[in-house]
Order: sequence, then C-alpha cells, then structure tokens
Amino acid sequence: MAFLSYLISGLGLGSVYAIIALGYSMVYGIAKMLNFAHGDIIMAGAFAAFFAMTAAGMPLIVAALISMAVCTLLGVTIERLAYKPLRNASSLSVLITAIGVSYFLQNAAQLLFGSDTKIFPAVLSGSFSLFSGALSVSYLSVVTIVICLVIMGGLTLFINKTKTGKAMRACSEDKGAAVLMGINVNRIISITFAIGSGLAAIAAILLCATYPSVYPTLGSMPGIRAFTAAVFGGIGSIPGAFLGGLLLGVIETMAKAYISTQLSDAIVFAVLIIVLLIRPTGLLGRKVSVKV
Amino acid sequence: MLKVENLVVRYGMIEAIKNISFEVNDGEIVTLIGANGAGKTTTMQTISGLLKPASGAVYLDGTDITKVAPHKIVSMGLAQVPEGRRVFAQQTVMENLELGAYYRKDKEGIEADMKNVFELFPRLEERKAQLAGTLSGGEQQMLAMGRALMAKPKIMLMDEPSMGLSPLLVKEIFRIIRNINKQGTTVLLVEQNAKMALGIADRAYVLETGKITLEGTGTELAASEQVRKAYLGG
Repeated sequence: MAFLSYLISGLGLGSVYAIIALGYSMVYGIAKMLNFAHGDIIMAGAFAAFFAMTAAGMPLIVAALISMAVCTLLGVTIERLAYKPLRNASSLSVLITAIGVSYFLQNAAQLLFGSDTKIFPAVLSGSFSLFSGALSVSYLSVVTIVICLVIMGGLTLFINKTKTGKAMRACSEDKGAAVLMGINVNRIISITFAIGSGLAAIAAILLCATYPSVYPTLGSMPGIRAFTAAVFGGIGSIPGAFLGGLLLGVIETMAKAYISTQLSDAIVFAVLIIVLLIRPTGLLGRKVSVKV
Repeated sequence: MLKVENLVVRYGMIEAIKNISFEVNDGEIVTLIGANGAGKTTTMQTISGLLKPASGAVYLDGTDITKVAPHKIVSMGLAQVPEGRRVFAQQTVMENLELGAYYRKDKEGIEADMKNVFELFPRLEERKAQLAGTLSGGEQQMLAMGRALMAKPKIMLMDEPSMGLSPLLVKEIFRIIRNINKQGTTVLLVEQNAKMALGIADRAYVLETGKITLEGTGTELAASEQVRKAYLGG
C-alpha cells in the first residue's frame, strides 16, 4: 500500500514536471533553442497568483487565469525583445541570452518583491482514503494528474488537428520551407512561447500548492528538473516531455522513499545518464535521419 | 508577370549576383540555366523574399515585392518549389498539400485544386496517407510541385526539379511542368539540365558567375555554339 501511495504522489510531482517540460520541449522543437528562462516564468506566475489571492483576495480560479495571462504576456515579450533579434545568431549566443534573461527575471523579482519567502495560501489541501483507510490520496495529486492529462490531450489534438498546429509541425521540421507555404514563422514562434508560458503558470500554481513558498529563485530547481525530463523523454517531442516528466517524478519520489532523500537528485541524474548512453535522443526522441 | 531589375545580392563580401535583369511574361516558361555556383538558387531565393538584395528590385505584376515578407509573397501569387524538394517528411502527403494552401480560405477552391493535383500526379493520391519522408525521390518532387500548386500561384518558381532523378523520371517531370503551364501557370525554371530545360522553355537566360551572359528563345539558345559547348556537351 505504501508503494501505491508513493506512486501516486510521484505521478503528481511528475505531472508538474511534465507540464513544465512541455514548455521547454515545444519551444525547442519550434525555435530550436533552450529557453533557460522558462523556470523563471514559473516564478513570475507564482508571484502573480500569490498577489492576486492575498492582496486582491481573488479566488483560486481567477488567480490562475491572471497568472496565465501574466506568464503568456511575459513569455511573448521576452521572445520578441531578447530572442527574436538573435534569430540568425549562433545557438551559443541564444543560450547565453536565455541564461541572462533568467538572471534578469530573478533579480527583477528580488528588487520588486524582496528576497524573503512568502507563504502561498493553502489551496487544494486535504485527502481522501481508499481501501478502508489503508491508502490516503491527496486531492492535489489527483487534480494535478488530471490537469496534466487534459493538457497533454488538448495539446496533441491542437498539434495534429488544427491549421496552426500543423503549421507548428511544419516550422519544427523546416522553417525555410514553411515560409514558402505562406506561414508566418515569427507568429508561430510567438504562439509557441505563449502556450509554453501559459502552461508554466499552471505549473506554478500546482507547485505552490505542494510547496507553499514563493521566492525569486523558486523556478530554478523545477525548471532544471523539467529540462532534464524533456531531455529524458526526447527534447522536441510532446509525448516525450509527458513521459519524461512522469518518470522523473516517480523515480525521484521512489528514490526518496526507498533509498535516500539526499541521494534522490543523484539517482535521478544517474538514470538520465544511463538513458542517454543507450538512447542519445531520449526515450521518444526522433532519430535524426538524413536522406540524400 | 515577373520582372527583375538590376538585382545585386551579396553574401557578406561576396557578390553572388552582379546586377542582373530579366523578365517572365504571362503564360511563358522561362528558364535560367547555368553551372553550379552561377547564382541560380540565390536568384530564386531573392525573388521569393528569402534573401534580401543589396540593390535592385523584383516586381510581381507591377508591384514592387522586394521588401515584402516572404510569407506574404506566397499569397500574392508566387509559389516556389525549392531546391532539394524540402517536403515535410514527418507529415503525410495530404498534410503537405494542405500546407501548400495554408494562406487560402476558399474551401471549395482548395478542394478543386486538390483534385487537379491528384489528376496531374495520380501517384500522390495513391499515397496520400503516407508520410512524405517515405516517398521515393521522384514522388517527393511531385509532392513538392503539387504542394506549390495548392497555393494557386500565378507564377511558379522551380529550382532544379530534375536533380537526382532518373532520366525517365526527368522526362515525366518535364512533361508535367508543360501541363502545369498549359493550365495557365507561368513558370520560371532553374536547371542544370540545360538540354531538357531549353526543350520546353519559351525563352531562356544563361547565368554565369552572377551575370547574365546570353538570352534568347529556347530553340535559339539550344542551337547556340556557346551554349552547346558549355552546357550541352558539344
């Protein structure tokens, strides 16, 4: 029974990683860049939701919508101001810029909100029992897993069925050819950042519901873990980000429960290294085949 | 239809296109022949807006499109079949064709054009649910052409459609180019296969290291001593 309980909380944690990893992976797939500021967009989303709930006294749903709006706007603005001018620059310049944006956001938050930790209001607390009390499941885990599944399903439909989604796939394969189809590649990249950042806001709230402290560097660790999850599953692949996130959450939770809390990160990265040794493109990553 | 005026294109310090001018009239097939590195692809990419010229201008139906964004040029009636086909390998044949009609909103028109493409290329209809990456080279070329036709272009630019294809397929592709032209689409064709290109072209230009050195009707150039020596193997 304990195993089942760890599994559910691992899937809950993994779902949050998956939602963040989707943002990393989609941006990488389309813009071919690692947006290391993605974690800090989570932080911005957490602050937005925090102030909406505490200072303005809004209900959770409204705060979530505000947080999504703030993150979407922030993501699109960052892309327009920092990344778009570097569209034809080397990937190293873009990477360094992304790291710079990450520090900029953290420091801006410190300047605006102070570096002290703020306590996020308790949301989605409580749990229910199954098997006549033998298994206790938190509402939060269930809600998180359900939200993650809905997002995953929605994104898959969007990418495969809508015109914009098909244009996104075309851009991810060959931007030059996509332009010749009349696709506005800059607009598609903006949409991708908007979606990824909106998802970051959802992740922010789920994260703060689990660990209720809000501070300027709050996005770093989940950001790095989710990036790992995206690589684990195969960066650029949407199902890969989903699978990678879930696995990472479960491995982390199991390692903490059965092996050692201190070693859990080391174990997670050891698994990543082994996976990448066997499958360098990640679990579901596309093999890069070049046809001549 | 299409007019190129005093075009100069540079890659950094290197001048790839050194002041060329040419035009394509309504309903014509015009070909630009030349050796590797003569600047054929550069010219094509500048016309479709992917490259910006250092000076000079490109006019489409009298409108200056030199500074228009490339994705907008498509909706103005100019489609390009790029060098190396560049089909979307991970999408199906059908999805590739739909992407060709990306800017269009006229559902019935799109359906009619899809039917027309399948009549021109029956092979594509047989394989419409297949991923484009699994097609043979010839089929991919047909898909790239069909995809460009889906944009309902007034003028179609084709960059090396015969590249890497067997002689039999090359003949087939050129027969289809002539058909597309007969249906009313103006064609600007870039080719290394000068013999085939001159065979179907109304007019032709010879491009040598960024300059136009000869021009004339297809038959004239095919008969010219200079062209025969340089491009037709004596």
